[in-house]
Amino acid sequence: MATSAVEHAAPHAPAAHPKTGLWSWLTTVDHKRIGIMYGVSAFVLFMLGGFEALLLRIQLGSADNTFLSPDVYNQLFTMHGTTMIFLGVMPLSAMFFNFMIPLQIGARDVAFPRLNAFSYWVFLVGAILLNVSFVFNAAPNAGWFGYANLTETQYSPGLNTDFWVIGLQILGVASLAAAVNFFVTIINMRAPGMRMLRMPMFVWMSFITQILLLLAFPVITVALVFLMVDRYFGANFFQPAANGDPMLWQHLFWIFGHPEVYILILPPFGIVSEILPVFSRKPLFGYAAMVFSGAFIAVLGFGVWSHHMFATGMGPIADASFGLLTMLIAIPTGVKIFNWIGTIWGGSLQMKTPMYFALGFIAMFIIGGLSGIMHAAVPADLQQTDTYFIVAHFHYVLFGGSVFALMAGAYYWMPKMFGFMLSESIGKVQFWLMFIGFNLTFFPMHFLGLNGMPRRVYTYPEGLGFEFWNLIETAGSMLLGFSFLVFIWNIWKSKRSGEVAPADPWDGATLEWSIPSPPQEFNFGEIPTVDARDPLWERKRVEGRPLPEPPQVSGDDIHLPNPSVKPLIAAIGIGVFFTGFLLGNPWPIPASLTINLPVVLIGFALTAYGIFSWAFEPAE
Amino acid sequence: MRFRPIATGRLLRWTPLLTLLALVVAGCAENYPQTTLEPRGDFARMVDNVFMVTVRWAILVFVLVEGALVVAIIKFRGKPDDPEPKQIHGSSVLEVVWTVIPAIILVMVAIPTIKTIFETAKEPVDALVVEVIGHQWWWEFHYPEYGITTANEMYVPLGRTIDLRMVSDDVVHSFWVPQFAAKRDVFPNRETRIWFNTEVAGVFPGQCAEFCGIQHGRMGFRVVSAEAPEFDLWVAGMSAATEPVPVEGDSLALAGQQLFLTKACIGCHTFNAADPPPGRIGPNLANIGSRTMIAAGMLENTDENMAMWIRDPQSYKEGSLMVIAGEITVAESEALVAYLRAQQVVGPPTVAADIQ
Amino acid sequence: MSHDTAHALHPPTTTGLDNRKLAIWTFIGSEVMFFAALIGTYLVYKGKSIVGPFPHEEWTSPAGEHFEHIFEIPLVTFGTAVLLFSSFFVVLALAGAQRGNRKMLIGWLSATVVAGLFFVGMQVYEFSHFMHKGLGYTTNLFGSTFYTLTGFHGAHVTIGLLWLGTVLILAIRGKIPPEKALNLELAALYWHFVDVVWIVIFPVVYLMK
Repeated sequence: MATSAVEHAAPHAPAAHPKTGLWSWLTTVDHKRIGIMYGVSAFVLFMLGGFEALLLRIQLGSADNTFLSPDVYNQLFTMHGTTMIFLGVMPLSAMFFNFMIPLQIGARDVAFPRLNAFSYWVFLVGAILLNVSFVFNAAPNAGWFGYANLTETQYSPGLNTDFWVIGLQILGVASLAAAVNFFVTIINMRAPGMRMLRMPMFVWMSFITQILLLLAFPVITVALVFLMVDRYFGANFFQPAANGDPMLWQHLFWIFGHPEVYILILPPFGIVSEILPVFSRKPLFGYAAMVFSGAFIAVLGFGVWSHHMFATGMGPIADASFGLLTMLIAIPTGVKIFNWIGTIWGGSLQMKTPMYFALGFIAMFIIGGLSGIMHAAVPADLQQTDTYFIVAHFHYVLFGGSVFALMAGAYYWMPKMFGFMLSESIGKVQFWLMFIGFNLTFFPMHFLGLNGMPRRVYTYPEGLGFEFWNLIETAGSMLLGFSFLVFIWNIWKSKRSGEVAPADPWDGATLEWSIPSPPQEFNFGEIPTVDARDPLWERKRVEGRPLPEPPQVSGDDIHLPNPSVKPLIAAIGIGVFFTGFLLGNPWPIPASLTINLPVVLIGFALTAYGIFSWAFEPAE
Repeated sequence: MRFRPIATGRLLRWTPLLTLLALVVAGCAENYPQTTLEPRGDFARMVDNVFMVTVRWAILVFVLVEGALVVAIIKFRGKPDDPEPKQIHGSSVLEVVWTVIPAIILVMVAIPTIKTIFETAKEPVDALVVEVIGHQWWWEFHYPEYGITTANEMYVPLGRTIDLRMVSDDVVHSFWVPQFAAKRDVFPNRETRIWFNTEVAGVFPGQCAEFCGIQHGRMGFRVVSAEAPEFDLWVAGMSAATEPVPVEGDSLALAGQQLFLTKACIGCHTFNAADPPPGRIGPNLANIGSRTMIAAGMLENTDENMAMWIRDPQSYKEGSLMVIAGEITVAESEALVAYLRAQQVVGPPTVAADIQ
Repeated sequence: MSHDTAHALHPPTTTGLDNRKLAIWTFIGSEVMFFAALIGTYLVYKGKSIVGPFPHEEWTSPAGEHFEHIFEIPLVTFGTAVLLFSSFFVVLALAGAQRGNRKMLIGWLSATVVAGLFFVGMQVYEFSHFMHKGLGYTTNLFGSTFYTLTGFHGAHVTIGLLWLGTVLILAIRGKIPPEKALNLELAALYWHFVDVVWIVIFPVVYLMK
């Protein structure tokens, strides 16, 4: 395959204007480069979140352990959750949104390339700000759910919760900007012939995810604003003394928080739905059912938030309604699982590493789904909630589910992104280490939870019987952590000595496999025309397989958006603006002011300058 | 001869599974006093029944679906040069089947769920009301029927329904005594309720289940389920506890009594269970000498633990609101322990922790 | 090939709808949830304040201090009317832009900006007046929810004004020819949305007792 790339090589050099160096990355508006930056940042942060988890596991490895102080433990578990959700899994999905959505729909870029860069830089600013808190030993310590009124100044003095509120606000800006962008991209930038019901399943699930982001994030933004004005300006939103109700926080948080769960899992659903057909050499079973079940899950996702709050005692009517609605979600989720099995059933399974992870995903997600039904049985949930049983459940969904699928996506798409194949043998070693480590870590949590171990405790006393399984889990978590080092080793080794990736290494069905690996800056020399659901398979069958290696084209006459530094400036401005909230009032007057007004104003001016100059900058 | 290597190979193949099995057996041998799986009261039993329904269905679905997955992986494993498999795009019949069957299973789960939701929500009749007040990081129990107050150790009469009225003094907590009832959150400025009864006598652990700050991990309590005579004795003792138990003749305890005043313990604590003076923000210490646990259900009530706790509560519970004015020497702590140990209005619970 | 790719960046969109227009609609959809959460909170906390002053009733504090009721409906009704008219003005301005009628464009757009400025001014006056009457941001739940909700709406109006003002300057410089009328249309869409939100806020906050 590698030789065919040479044969078809274009007569002249592909890159019209070579773009290398730091500045080219800082000013890039290329969705592929932005995708790579998302991927690298998110993976680093994901490893950081994993490292935090390992420290937590060491602390819990024995009863009454003093490895971590209670406050450090609380900081670490808060940051572990916050990092994995907002800085790990979401941006890892965003990496694939960025890199793959335009390629899969046959577009040259996203609808708003500079807005896309802006999203990334704002995300990075938020991620840095959140983690800088560790330097001051003031990392957020009230849980990723930040339940009021514990988060009020009275009970959480210090910068910890300020970092959290501000970090999440910034990340919200990034997510919303990206969601608008991808929503418009998917609706408006599809290649001719790619009707909605011909879109690859990953694009479909991403599309639904953008809708969830658009509707869920404003709600958490409002909740965070309330908390922020309570903390900074003495408002009363969650102050019981003024009749403010901590329940309001819980409602607002979970109206966001439950859709957020689907924001984390739907893109992985899409990834797996791409991989299973390709490695079964058989189209996705029940395409339409897959689309509609995804949409149905998203709709229901907005109606079940209170199932996180059964223990608050909402009364039997509310409990029963939210319990039933939650059970309903099992139906579309089941449809998805059955269709995945239907896809591989009767196929010719090519057991490559992406397929291992995709199948592992199904196997683990089933377990997470089943324990989910147990929580929908409200009385049972009243025992399980806030115990390790829940921790087991959502790790089966978000790790066994999302992370396995993201790993499948990495093995599947990295050859396209970087132009080299990852080692199959190391990949399979990694899979088994991860699979065993994962189950050793998280399966015993079911037992511990049912046997009475609450979550978010920094230690447990002797005599409650928690020691044994906790020790096993800690051992398992080390194995799990090690499996990611194997992944890094695989990348390092394969980059140095791996096989060069051909355009279409897996006999793919979707448009990204019709262009060179890695793609040229403009993606498609000619915008493709789509006339089937699996356009490449269709083409290969008509023209005889395999598809010839696509030629490198000069792309001289293809207009691409200009690079721009303005998005970065605007993002830095947002960072400066919010940093002003963390620095404190430099002047004695007015004494009640707790923010650094000059810094806030400089940040505001910088953002305004960035956005205005961007609006008047020629786009191409 | 030919069978041997095969047999070993097979055995090796099963090693992970056997290891797992051994682990599970080892894990099951543990003793779990805080378990949800051994209900000892009506509320917990109703909950457990619903849970077992979900478990049975979950195991069935797990076996069938994971089984189908494994069969598919084994059966349809292909080689790169295999002919293209039959291209199937879906089946409306199957889609309907695997929509309807899960729906039926869900109905089977939903029926007991709904029934139990409403059953557990019924107002208890003829119940003993106990007011629960959550504090960072300990529990206050108030018995309006008897006008007594205690902390971290809730005596309940065996068999009688207990009707909890709960409110928090600061942040959100969650009251959880797994063997008798499930969780109910405890809010500031909003009363929540849950009820339970006990079927056996014994001392049972419970714990706060909502993250409530730095010492959430050490916010436990005990429920003492006592036979009626013993419970009545306790009520009588506590009702009479308006003054500290006198310690005449015991010089060490007398020294402790003095220290209790000079070290400002008295600023937060009282031994008056019947009519506690206002503003004592620490746990009520009436009958502290007989309690099974100290430090909110976390340390066994031994002289050593108590002395350690008094000398430096922050080392065991960093961030605890119990702040020692000045320093307490070892000798002083021993005197205080002697004084506190003497504070017994009734004896310790006669029932040992009834576990498993 | 060169003909195909010459307009690579602006191929006809799949739906035919301009990307930027679709983006504004998408953003508005998201903003609906933002204001829904704010308005929902106002409603949840309505009548829950422990101490006054209150929106519609007078109140005497335990210390004997007397507070008038806060709201004065006539002024805000007038402000509401002006804001509603500004939506009408911007429609006329857009018609001017699309027809290339520069006078119509600049005239009506100026009127829109003036109306918007009046509304913001009204709000600034109202806030300071309410403060004067004893309703601080931290006074009670009413104060916190009222100022947060109407303040965020006011911030949206201000951003809309900045946007319309920028377009007005461009229009005066002759940079809004008919083929670029979309630049005004986008701002106008946002402006209409801000007005519509006020149409919800006005009765919920000021009129409902």
